[in-house]
Amino acid sequence: MAVEVSGKKVLKDIDLYIDEGETHVLLGPNGSGKSTLFMTILGFPKYKVTNGEILFKGENITDLNTTERVKKGVGVSFQNPPAIRGVRLMDLLKVESGQKPDDEELSPEMLELAYKMKLDENFLDRDVNLGFSGGEVKRSEILQLLAQKPDFIMFDEPDSGVDIENVELLAEEINILLDKDKKPGLRKNSGLLITHLGYILNFVNADTAHVLMDGRIACSGNPSEIIEDIRKEGFKGCVQCCGIH
Amino acid sequence: MLRDTLGKAEKAKEKKALYGEDIDLEKFIKEEAGEHEQVTKANEVPKKVQDTLLKVGVDPNESERSGTFIQVDQTGVCSTCGSESVEIMGMNVALEKYNWLKDYMWKSVAPDTDKYTAQTALREANEGPSGYFIRSLPGSKEVFPLQACMFIGDEKVMQTAHNVIIAEENSELHIITGCATGEDVSSALHVGVSEFYLKKGAKITFTMVHNWAEQVDVRPRTGIMVGDDSTYISNYILTSPVRSIQSYPTAYCTGTNSKVLFQSILGGQKDSVLDMGSRVLLEGEGSKAEMISRAVSKDQSQIYSRGHLAGRTQNVKGHLECHGLVLSDDSMIYAVPELEGSSTELEMSHEAAVGKIAEEEVLYLTSRGLTEEEAASMIVRGFLSMDITGLPPELASETKRMLDASLQGM
Repeated sequence: MAVEVSGKKVLKDIDLYIDEGETHVLLGPNGSGKSTLFMTILGFPKYKVTNGEILFKGENITDLNTTERVKKGVGVSFQNPPAIRGVRLMDLLKVESGQKPDDEELSPEMLELAYKMKLDENFLDRDVNLGFSGGEVKRSEILQLLAQKPDFIMFDEPDSGVDIENVELLAEEINILLDKDKKPGLRKNSGLLITHLGYILNFVNADTAHVLMDGRIACSGNPSEIIEDIRKEGFKGCVQCCGIH
Repeated sequence: MLRDTLGKAEKAKEKKALYGEDIDLEKFIKEEAGEHEQVTKANEVPKKVQDTLLKVGVDPNESERSGTFIQVDQTGVCSTCGSESVEIMGMNVALEKYNWLKDYMWKSVAPDTDKYTAQTALREANEGPSGYFIRSLPGSKEVFPLQACMFIGDEKVMQTAHNVIIAEENSELHIITGCATGEDVSSALHVGVSEFYLKKGAKITFTMVHNWAEQVDVRPRTGIMVGDDSTYISNYILTSPVRSIQSYPTAYCTGTNSKVLFQSILGGQKDSVLDMGSRVLLEGEGSKAEMISRAVSKDQSQIYSRGHLAGRTQNVKGHLECHGLVLSDDSMIYAVPELEGSSTELEMSHEAAVGKIAEEEVLYLTSRGLTEEEAASMIVRGFLSMDITGLPPELASETKRMLDASLQGM
């Protein structure tokens, strides 16, 4: 697949397959196209697929808009989501969990999940992302995904700006979202995770890692080996080892 | 009525207003408004009036209300009061009861302000008073609000009302007013003159919801005299179509440490022209004012959002804030914030921003499964649903409900 953003080719030749129940990690230097790949899979209008297609559960979704893709089961947790004045986190959670917007209260299940994410009722009443701390943003994003229950989830830096004790809390819920509590053969949900060699991988097991360089997947393989390589040799060195470049 | 008032009104009969389209009064004056039957309880007014009342926050069953006044066209059809702390009645009744009331008339709004005030004064003299009188007794604190409604039921009517609201020393008064038109009225004019007097240490909250018809012109004229240590809070909500409305209430903060807060929520739809302002003259030492407005323009609507803050003595403080969202290329928002400082030691600021819906916010919501339309509507409703402050808890939740109901149609 190739992708253009405002006339500029950002992704040149991407070939990526994530099987049912698998979690992949996307690594790569800044500006390599990691976020572009996310936005393209989400179907944001600025991201034009000029070649190739996106298949989801065997279906070509390249021409569907974001809403339609999300309704089919695509989910995302953003790194820096925008604040929306006057729209309370609770209002969003109602829509996401399929409650009626004019329901007075959140369902008991949602409230329980919120407490698990250490987000109390006062917090749910706040305008979404407005004045949230780094950690609160991430917990709110994961809580919204728990409400949505997507089949395929992209996580953009889910642990950046989060203190260590809360990384474990987030990881626990990410593992639930990705069916990690089930045996590998029984897992249905899949994920793609962007991280800067994050601490999160100590708690979330990934099946495969990919290194994105200059709009191409330059290297794929065992996550811990690749990460080890990048730590030692940097992105360039790692990619050379892979020998695909 | 004082000869002086009449003389001024007579001279100003043709005087155009400073803002807003000039309305040809001849079109409306000729039409004689029908008389309407008096009732003893708000839920005895005709069913079609009751349904409309609910939309503007006036509860015909008067639950959690301390009293009600309803005027249909020119007739005060209902006034009830269930509290000993407050009074609410038609001006005709009040003028007979209180000899001193005339001293409050035309003192905060001049009869010769423009042709609309002039007509109201002349009509008052020739045909008798209309409108309501509200008063809270000294030291009283009634938590349940009074409710008042101006309803236009007849075609081509010019409805005039002259209201006087007095909060006596150290009293607290909460008022909900709703103005609306019957469904079968296509063209009408409403002129409401309202004069507020806050004595030392008094507080008034005045929450108003307008729900006029598409061919109705509205010209309210409001003056507020704010005494020592007193607080006036106005909340105004208009989200339904109207032909035109032009209003520029003025608060005179002459009392030391007096406070004023104007909050308005304006939704322009269809061909509506909304010209809404608020003005505060800070003339009392230590007086403070804040004016906040949120405006959203749709379709072909035009919204003028004006604000004038004048600091005329020392140690006064004021802030003016106007945010607008333009939703269609054929609509317009014109923000006119004005600051005037004529003393040292004052602090005044303004903040105005007019723009479109942030695309980033729409994308965020679509990535959570909302359609673009649902996302835009959620953002607009969020933008308009500012926190209305200064109300007692009972009234705050009620106002939130009224606001939510008004925003349904946006």
